[in-house]
Amino acid sequence: MNQEIEAPIRNFIATNLLYSKEGLTHPDDASLLHEGIIDSLGVVELVEFLQSKFNVKVEQNEVRPDNFDSVAKMAAFVRRKTGAA
Amino acid sequence: MQIEQISPKQPSMRFSKESLNLDPARESERITLFIQKTVRQNMRRGAVVGISGGIDSAVVLALSVKAFGPERVVAVMMPDKDSDRISETYARELAAKFGVDPILEDITAALQGFDCYHRRDDAIRRVFPEFDAAKGYKAKIVLPSDLLESNTLNVFSVTIVRPDGKQETKPLPSRDMLQIIAASNLKQRSRMSTLYYHAEARQFAVMGSANKNEHDEGFFVKYGDGGVDLQVIAHLFKTQVYQLAKYLGVPESIQKRTPTTDTYSAPQDQQEFFYRLPFHVLDLLWYAKEHNVPKVEAAKVMGLTEAQVSHAFDDIDRKIRTTEFLRLLPPMLGAPEGNGQ
Repeated sequence: MNQEIEAPIRNFIATNLLYSKEGLTHPDDASLLHEGIIDSLGVVELVEFLQSKFNVKVEQNEVRPDNFDSVAKMAAFVRRKTGAA
Repeated sequence: MQIEQISPKQPSMRFSKESLNLDPARESERITLFIQKTVRQNMRRGAVVGISGGIDSAVVLALSVKAFGPERVVAVMMPDKDSDRISETYARELAAKFGVDPILEDITAALQGFDCYHRRDDAIRRVFPEFDAAKGYKAKIVLPSDLLESNTLNVFSVTIVRPDGKQETKPLPSRDMLQIIAASNLKQRSRMSTLYYHAEARQFAVMGSANKNEHDEGFFVKYGDGGVDLQVIAHLFKTQVYQLAKYLGVPESIQKRTPTTDTYSAPQDQQEFFYRLPFHVLDLLWYAKEHNVPKVEAAKVMGLTEAQVSHAFDDIDRKIRTTEFLRLLPPMLGAPEGNGQ
């Protein structure tokens, strides 16, 4: 599978949430919440990023760990929303 | 201070809906001795308690009077223009019950000096341009109410109440959320300053009123209501605070009152703002989690599904983990190498 959704998400997390110049070193299936990579503010910012970057509408009841807790889950969520799955 | 986790090697205890029942006489005595010893060790001579009209500060006032007598306890009421006026009524009733003459310090002017209201309302207007407090609009921020059913994450929305009573809720963008919370936190920090004025003028100690739910899940403002000299009830679940309140003779009006935030202009309870579960459910599930009660057993006792118990456990974990910084003293380095050579 190409990384055209995963890569921007990884870059956003690294640049805007971790302020890291080395990129996101965690694997795509790492739990962002459990690893302490994001908090509730980070979740809101990721929702805003996915909406603007991929032109998807995120409903409040979709903001759950199974959609947002890892790069892989967010990418899968975007693919479902855009029909690219 | 880090939250101490129960070792996973400890066996789970028998769990029931009575697991949080206290011996209130014994616990009151234990807390009273703790207050007396800690205040004396810190060379303070009495207690200052901010009384909000709520159950937690009511219990702390009662215990402080038990420790020092009413003559060495100062009770301070600190409303602002958004406060529910009934809170002052309850606070006065409480103070009278325990023989303390309360001091009223309205912090509205201080908050206006900090531009609290404009900063908060400007952020609300970015979401609802029609919002105008002068025209009777009220607002509050809320979390999703469906924690048990769908495990949604802690993402705030903003609700406005129009002058005609109609409500509307929208998702709260990150920038606006931060500004609303930062502006609102000026209230708790103004109250902290006021309490320390009264404490330092007498060499008294400021008593904390945070319960375990607030302290451990980070439902307090750093150096606001978290800025105190000792935490009196931070080891007790909310439902245990109610048990002590009954034993200590806290007025019935306060015992029956739904816990509110009394922070935003629109009325809201604490469950809506932060906890997302009723206390009688949250406290028992949290207790079960801390004592390694298997989820299947906790679910059976509480009449829930295992998935619902998982959602609650996850939310407790997330809140504790993401608010650890609130409970820490400011980190600092050790002395540099070569000192003294």
